[in-house]
Amino acid sequence: MLIPVLIWYFLFRYLPIYGVQIAFKDFLPFKGIWDSPWVGFKHFIRFFESYYFWRLIRNTVGISIYTLAVEFPAAIILALLLNEVRSRSFKRVVQNVTYVPHFLSVVVVVGMLSTFSNARYGIFNQIIKLFGGEPTFLLARKELFKTLYVFTNTWQNTGWRAIIYMAALAGINPNLYEAAVVDGASRFRQIIHISLPGILPTIIILLILRIGRILTLEFHKILLMQNPLNMATSDVISTFVYRVGILEGNYSFSTAVGLFNAALNLMLLLLANRFAKRMSETSLW
Amino acid sequence: MAAIRLDQETIFTVLIYIFLSLLVITIVYPLVYVLSASFSDPLALLNGEIWLLPIRPNLKAYANVLENEQIWMGYKNTVLYTVVGTVINLVLTVMAAYPLSRKDLKGASLIMIILVITMFFRGGLVPLYLVVRSLGLTNTFWAMVIPTGITTYNVIIMRTFFRATIPDELKDSAFMDGCSNTAFLLRIVLPLSGPILAVMVLFYSVFHWNDFFNALIYLSNRKLFPLQLILREIIIQSNVEDMIGEDAGYLEHLLRSEALKYTVIIFASVPMLILYPFLQRFFVKGVMVGAIKG
Repeated sequence: MLIPVLIWYFLFRYLPIYGVQIAFKDFLPFKGIWDSPWVGFKHFIRFFESYYFWRLIRNTVGISIYTLAVEFPAAIILALLLNEVRSRSFKRVVQNVTYVPHFLSVVVVVGMLSTFSNARYGIFNQIIKLFGGEPTFLLARKELFKTLYVFTNTWQNTGWRAIIYMAALAGINPNLYEAAVVDGASRFRQIIHISLPGILPTIIILLILRIGRILTLEFHKILLMQNPLNMATSDVISTFVYRVGILEGNYSFSTAVGLFNAALNLMLLLLANRFAKRMSETSLW
Repeated sequence: MAAIRLDQETIFTVLIYIFLSLLVITIVYPLVYVLSASFSDPLALLNGEIWLLPIRPNLKAYANVLENEQIWMGYKNTVLYTVVGTVINLVLTVMAAYPLSRKDLKGASLIMIILVITMFFRGGLVPLYLVVRSLGLTNTFWAMVIPTGITTYNVIIMRTFFRATIPDELKDSAFMDGCSNTAFLLRIVLPLSGPILAVMVLFYSVFHWNDFFNALIYLSNRKLFPLQLILREIIIQSNVEDMIGEDAGYLEHLLRSEALKYTVIIFASVPMLILYPFLQRFFVKGVMVGAIKG
């Protein structure tokens, strides 16, 4: 029964890993992966020296940090607030409504964003006009790109991401809260001193995993949001790999760029894990 | 003293309710707006008259969508990819998770390691693309359903579920009665696994329904395009063209295309939003099972 499964893993997971060697070769389709000539770090050096290098790094890291600062805490805050809601029906409504955007496709979300941003009749610009602002196609404004990306992400995923924190909060011993009430702690202090420490291990684990993917981003979405006018701030490593690799057919070069990205990710994951272990004794392994 | 504290607590509660209500509005408003816009007179749309409710409601935009052959073709393709893709996913995931959940399988931990490694080490976009191409899958139906065959994370969730719900005694007594391995899986294990199968159907089918990227890289034949790629052309690229080339055309064309955007969004999203309430009571549970192990 396991045989088809193992064949699948071999073909679609391990063969590509084997194929990564073309990052160190000049891949020639008629010679195949194995027989293409070795070129060492040529493609990496070309990438480091390219005009795009710093721009890609700056955008990738910038968007990641922005995401980490807004999207990551948003789910925690939502879970903590929901946990304070006593009315079961209100809680259900909020939870179910916040899950809904998770089921929309990126194409739909970016489509909504793009249509709402339309300079002539988008609703965002109607609102901007209402406050006396000048309507513009927001997606073409490169200084707004990061903010639009991060806030639509937060809009779409916060409810879904809060589920896991809700689960962790449900696991906290209710006696702790009772004791705190007896000691005269306010609700706010209960959140800070009981709820938050109670879900800290979950937060740390998710944070480590998030940092390990820091340079990955949801690049399908970035790809959809890109247009010639916002490239200066929207081009990130993974969209670059797609463009240079799949569209332009520079297989070896783009594989090298992708490998560089993956290696950095792994390094960050290991660093974050070690740091977390030292600080709090919570870690992935 | 007690009165003051009570007040603070009340204020705190009220603030939370207000904040969460605002959040609900922020999430619902864009969705309602899209719905209203899809029913409205396109002229009202261009004049920016719509704020919440439809203006001069009509079904013209829906009629336009129904006439659009590209959208129908995309729809048909997406339904096929979703159904076939999800079936393949379920079969492969069960075939991986069930044997690995059995404690009497030799080498199970080694196989598990082989699977888990791929969650952290990937060949990356281009090498995977080259494999798919050399297998001759590009520009075929199968490119959309085979390379996405298994999600390792889901195998782990399902394995955890099997371990937790199928006791060893059940297996022993079934085998004592002469039940074969396959019969045990099909007649006893799977019927007991309704919730986890529902969660998997939800996860995998949402993925296939919303997937545009695999189509973007593997497909160039328009006849195979899923709805999401067609959507991308209708909505996103046209907005950019609107911006760049001012000569976007006649008012007539503009009226048609603007209303169409909102309507196709509704068309593309409704099936998944309908599926969700049916499977909703299972998925929180599914996420939890994964979280315990994860």
